[in-house]
Amino acid sequence: MNTNASLRPAKSFGTAALLVAAMLFGAPLRAADAPPTHPTPPDTLQQRIAACTTCHGVHGEGTPGSGYFPRLAGKPAAYLARQMQDFQNGLRKYAPMEYTVRQLSPAYMQEIAEYFAAQQVPYSRSPLPPVSAATLQRGEQLVSKGDPANKIPACASCHGSQLTGVQPSTPGLVGLPYDYLSAQLGSWRTHTRGTVAPDCMAVVANRLSDSDITAVAAALASRQPPADTHAQAAGSVTPPLPCGVLGATGDGS
Amino acid sequence: MKWLLRLLLLIAVLVVLLLGWLFFGGAQRPTSPAMSKVTAATLHDADLIARGKYLVTVGDCAGCHTAQGGAAFAGGRSLATPFGNIPVPNITPDRETGLGNWSFEDFWQALHAGKGRHGELLYPAFSYTSYTRVTHDDALAMFAYLQSLPPVHRPATASTLEFPYSVRNSLAAWRALYFKEGVFKPDPAQSAQWNRGAYLVQGLGHCNECHAARDSLGGTPQDVHLTGGQIPQQNWYAPDLSTRQNGGLRGWSEQDIVDLLKTGQSSKGAAFGPMADVVTTSTQHMSDDDLHAVATYLGSLPARAAAPEEPSAFNAKALVAQGEKVYTQRCADCHGKDGNGVAGVYPPLNGNSSVTEPSGINATRAVLLGGFAPLTAANPRPYSMPPFAQQLSDADVAAVVSYIRGSWTNKAPAVLERDVSKYRQTPID
Repeated sequence: MNTNASLRPAKSFGTAALLVAAMLFGAPLRAADAPPTHPTPPDTLQQRIAACTTCHGVHGEGTPGSGYFPRLAGKPAAYLARQMQDFQNGLRKYAPMEYTVRQLSPAYMQEIAEYFAAQQVPYSRSPLPPVSAATLQRGEQLVSKGDPANKIPACASCHGSQLTGVQPSTPGLVGLPYDYLSAQLGSWRTHTRGTVAPDCMAVVANRLSDSDITAVAAALASRQPPADTHAQAAGSVTPPLPCGVLGATGDGS
Repeated sequence: MKWLLRLLLLIAVLVVLLLGWLFFGGAQRPTSPAMSKVTAATLHDADLIARGKYLVTVGDCAGCHTAQGGAAFAGGRSLATPFGNIPVPNITPDRETGLGNWSFEDFWQALHAGKGRHGELLYPAFSYTSYTRVTHDDALAMFAYLQSLPPVHRPATASTLEFPYSVRNSLAAWRALYFKEGVFKPDPAQSAQWNRGAYLVQGLGHCNECHAARDSLGGTPQDVHLTGGQIPQQNWYAPDLSTRQNGGLRGWSEQDIVDLLKTGQSSKGAAFGPMADVVTTSTQHMSDDDLHAVATYLGSLPARAAAPEEPSAFNAKALVAQGEKVYTQRCADCHGKDGNGVAGVYPPLNGNSSVTEPSGINATRAVLLGGFAPLTAANPRPYSMPPFAQQLSDADVAAVVSYIRGSWTNKAPAVLERDVSKYRQTPID
């Protein structure tokens, strides 16, 4: 009883002191009732998209060391937005990506795509499987000249002379890991990666032999990225095949 | 011996009759639109169509009747059940593959009585166990809206149901156990708001179809109402919805329920997994009046019996200690050391019903899958959680989930490493 009685004035004195302090400094009392144990997260897109950056890297650098998650940094924004849409629609199959983007609005996907498109981080090389010199040579041929006899266009004829991609919708191929590249070419053939018709990349992938896939993936993954890794300007290439992603005329317009 | 012959003959006749009924029983002629009592002019009424659109949204018809990447309402999905895959039909007014030849009478019979237009018994993957509560007027508005959609030609996928489930008349027994036909009857002792909430929750909202446990026959006993349960095949746990003692939403205010349904987030937790989809496609579009009605009704659900305390089968101490380490490294930056999250940004884990639900599935999957909070008009650029499936071992996931379930005010039992491995697969249909 006594203890309580002696505490009461002390308590009200404390409250009064706090009130005075609040009036003097105009500070909210919130800190007094619930001290935050950690800072409020920054209101940035980077903070919002932790689900993306945990695999693709904070700047979209991918995981060149360990193989699978592709680089997003510097890829054309329309390409990146299209991929998210394709995952949503089930044209491109990879359950963790389909699950993650399933609800995102076109506006939010565009914003995320622009974030990664604007990132500039140095390229790093990925580990290569042991392939013969002949395989690498075949791969180089497919990359820069194609195989006209089998109606296979050169990678460079669409993806740009330096393979850094072409605005607005054609991705760069340099700096991607071998595992990722060969898996993508395979998935076009097994219909687990597709896009709007006509799907020109599916046509090309189906013209490649199994050994061609190994060769071209190895050649691309072993390439030294050029000094300027920006995607080429829109309209700077004339694709040899009609591509739905590039619009009706095939050149992105 | 003659009597034996007669008996055998009698049995044979009965068997033939039974088989005949099983395979051909109940057949009837559909009502053609021309024979319908509902005129085309009624179905073209713009106000009725607008009301129907709202009701179809509240019922989240598009949630099931739309395939990934497909046209809305054109079906084409397969609904996985423990008995096989059930094709989801096209409900656009396409004459060949949709409801183009349906009359309102046919539609009412499906929604209210769970029977197709030829009298065939419908599989209860179509939740007529709930929709039977929908009023005739609301059903008419929904039908008018569906008939106003552009017709999309899309045939349904094939069923993979096996015998005896493939025989529709076998559903007669199921219906006797689990289906009670009848429109919602308001309770005069309750407020209009409560009755509106009860109507929406029990009927169109079909909340009980997920938020109650199903038994081995895939049915929910008729006295089981919103007490929570594991969703078959999807393997998420839809929590108990009582806000009172021992309820899954204990401590939730009416505003918390409204917030979650409208924005995807509340001060008590965020919607994720299948509920995130429900919020995005359905509940965020509900009127404030209807949301408050739903919250009023859920707030009236009775207190639940305390779960029996089961002594833990193993000593979780080492597991929880490891879990605390993982939590400090991976989770505390966003959810806080105190597990209280950041209001409006990162949900609290302390006192979060999805963390403490009986199975542990939700917390396990949330850790494995991560993902964005529901995207709603109120939260168009949601924050997200990293998926940890690629970074954490089964043992570490079990540890951190056990830690979260048993820390702060949480008192839920630990989860086992072998349970984590069961839920590693990402659910996409």
